[in-house]
Amino acid sequence: MSLATQQLSSLVTPPPQGDSDTSIMKIEIGPSHPAMHGIVRFTTYLDGELIVGMEPEIGYLHRGFEKESENSKWIQVVPYTDRLNYVSPLLNNIGYSMAVEKLYGIEAPRRAEFTRVIMGEISRITDHLTCVGAASMEVGAFTFFLWFIKAREYLWELVEEVTGARLTTNWTRFGGNATDIPDGFFDALQERLDKVKDIMDECDKLLTRNKIFIDRVKDVGTFSKEDAISFGFTGPMLRACGVPYDVRRADPYSVYDEIDFEIPIGSTGDCFDRYLVRMEEIRQSISIIEQAADMMPAGPIMTDERLMHYPDKKEVYGNIEGLIDHFKLVMEGHQPPEGEVYLPTEGGNGEIGFYLVSDGSGDPVRVRMRPACFNYVEAMPAMTVGHYVADIVPIFGSVNMIGGELDR
Amino acid sequence: MDLILEILSIPLVQSILKIAFIILLFAMPLGTVLTLMERKWSAMIQDRVGPNRANVGNYTGNGLLHLAADGLKSIFKEDTIPQGANGFLYLIAPFFGLIAGVATFAIIPIAGPIGDFTFQVTDIEPGLLFIFAITSLSVYGAVLAGTSSNSKFALLGGTRASAQMISYEVFMGLALMGIFMVYGSTRVSDIVNGQNEYWFGNLIPMWGVFTQPLGFFLFFTALIAETKRAPFDAPEGESEIVAGYFLEYSGMRWSAFMLAEYVAVAGVAVLMTTLFFGGYHVPWLHLWESAPQWLVTLLQIGKFSIVTIFFCWLQIQLRWTLPKFRFDQTMSLGWKKLLPLSLANTALTAVVVLAFM
Repeated sequence: MSLATQQLSSLVTPPPQGDSDTSIMKIEIGPSHPAMHGIVRFTTYLDGELIVGMEPEIGYLHRGFEKESENSKWIQVVPYTDRLNYVSPLLNNIGYSMAVEKLYGIEAPRRAEFTRVIMGEISRITDHLTCVGAASMEVGAFTFFLWFIKAREYLWELVEEVTGARLTTNWTRFGGNATDIPDGFFDALQERLDKVKDIMDECDKLLTRNKIFIDRVKDVGTFSKEDAISFGFTGPMLRACGVPYDVRRADPYSVYDEIDFEIPIGSTGDCFDRYLVRMEEIRQSISIIEQAADMMPAGPIMTDERLMHYPDKKEVYGNIEGLIDHFKLVMEGHQPPEGEVYLPTEGGNGEIGFYLVSDGSGDPVRVRMRPACFNYVEAMPAMTVGHYVADIVPIFGSVNMIGGELDR
Repeated sequence: MDLILEILSIPLVQSILKIAFIILLFAMPLGTVLTLMERKWSAMIQDRVGPNRANVGNYTGNGLLHLAADGLKSIFKEDTIPQGANGFLYLIAPFFGLIAGVATFAIIPIAGPIGDFTFQVTDIEPGLLFIFAITSLSVYGAVLAGTSSNSKFALLGGTRASAQMISYEVFMGLALMGIFMVYGSTRVSDIVNGQNEYWFGNLIPMWGVFTQPLGFFLFFTALIAETKRAPFDAPEGESEIVAGYFLEYSGMRWSAFMLAEYVAVAGVAVLMTTLFFGGYHVPWLHLWESAPQWLVTLLQIGKFSIVTIFFCWLQIQLRWTLPKFRFDQTMSLGWKKLLPLSLANTALTAVVVLAFM
């Protein structure tokens, strides 16, 4: 049993509130508070400025994603997934669609897979830009935040070009994507990526070696490898602790095994390592996008399996099979074979896993999503107790809690 | 006419006129314009446009009308008092900082004297010691606001503010010891005139920044910490304790805190100008002996204003470039690094002054 697990029960339990004990101040941070990105509440117990206890309370953004999904058709869940991790909606789309494809036992065409890799990595960059930018803003580097938002804007315009929306992308389908990349996209892509690189270099100069910034984040929220694993950390948070675990490498999906990229890891797992890991991952993602753009094959973007997508109108009106397919898709929706799957994918924030159960009918029996940041928020007491109240800010900023994903 | 001149020659009348002039035409306008200047300048740093929407007809004045709009809005907003707050203290707290900020201007000369008339409200003997006394008063604003608001965030902010300001006052005074020794006085006019002398013939003016380079940095740091602005804005700590000690305020009282901050910024700028950049003295102007008096005065006011605005700009630039310290880091920086440095600076200056001057 690791240290953090042993301490956990004592940490989440509030310290005794005896009548005579006036040295402990209970203070509610959140649910509506500048540092609480989404909506979450930390009941914090302070001794002076020192945190001696903390209870996270989540659920303020609960909107019943899982139950809602059970009452929808399989394909109708795709737009719901946009709203899970709303700073990288495409990664949720991709994760869910690939899980359904695994249930079907089919694969999307190669062009669709490469497009997914490009769009997914763009979303990963927007996710990291948001997280690093917001975390830095809260330790006072407001300019840095707005520069990152500018970079994110360039990328969201690309997302809009491809999917038609910035956030509510609803882009993937089972066995392919809704839209192909438009003409002239790669030129625009390269130009935008160069701009993002410039902004990254600029921000590196502004912040990475800034003494005040390093003082604020170094040795704050340190987390050991063992604790991170026992808390179920994934993604950048786990890699910052020194564990080179990345679903794209550990359990390659899509075409990631054909692409060459590195997994940056940290050593101590403090906020500074998390910052560096995320900054490096942005660079790696840019490299992945460039490789995928070079390797992009020609071909269809949708599988030609039957009952996966609406047949052409010519087929519907001229062919009885086309008509039947059309009718069944409209009336019954997709009907994946009976069974259950779990497919982990690497989200912006950690492992996004979709656990799906199908009984062979048109309605999902169970759609369960594993949110990456649930585990991080659970570990907030272990990370913050013993630090100052001002340290909640960089620690919680580096956790990158996304309310939509956490509360579902 | 004679009567008017006679009335004008009464010292008290003169002082009142000067106070009105300095407060109404210098300190408050500068503080007010700084609010807009900060928003515009930060917008330029961050690739934004900044405020440009308030308008009369089609005239926006490139954001200038926001000053009027903000003022009107603050006046008409409800002045709330939180439940359980100590009403009287809560109501008077915003004005300590403002009064202290404006009072700084009382001993600052903005141009050289013409005959008996000085461009300075009062040239008191204690001089800068008055500044120390007044800045100590501004602590009360933060402390009273923090404790009387009946809010835990405000309490934390007030505690931080009082600890920070009191600590930084210690070496703010020490950082100026060098200046006192070099120019041999605490009186502001003596210090300013002392900076009008030159080294190596007429080559380098004996400005405070050249005679006391370390003192300059220390004093500037201490003053920024006194204004509670980034990177020393832990008392406001917008991301963890929301707004710190003035969290519960609204309307004009909130504006009084903001205005006090900007008046303090202007106060820092005029102090830096006066103590380290020759005050109103235009360097090398004495070489032009036939210069008419009115032109000299105008040039002096111009030079004083330019350096002042430069220091205002520098503070804005610092705020939007640097991240902020954690509260305990602010304190350890003050006590463990800046205080020993100030002491060393004082000792070194004493040795040099004894040996060479």
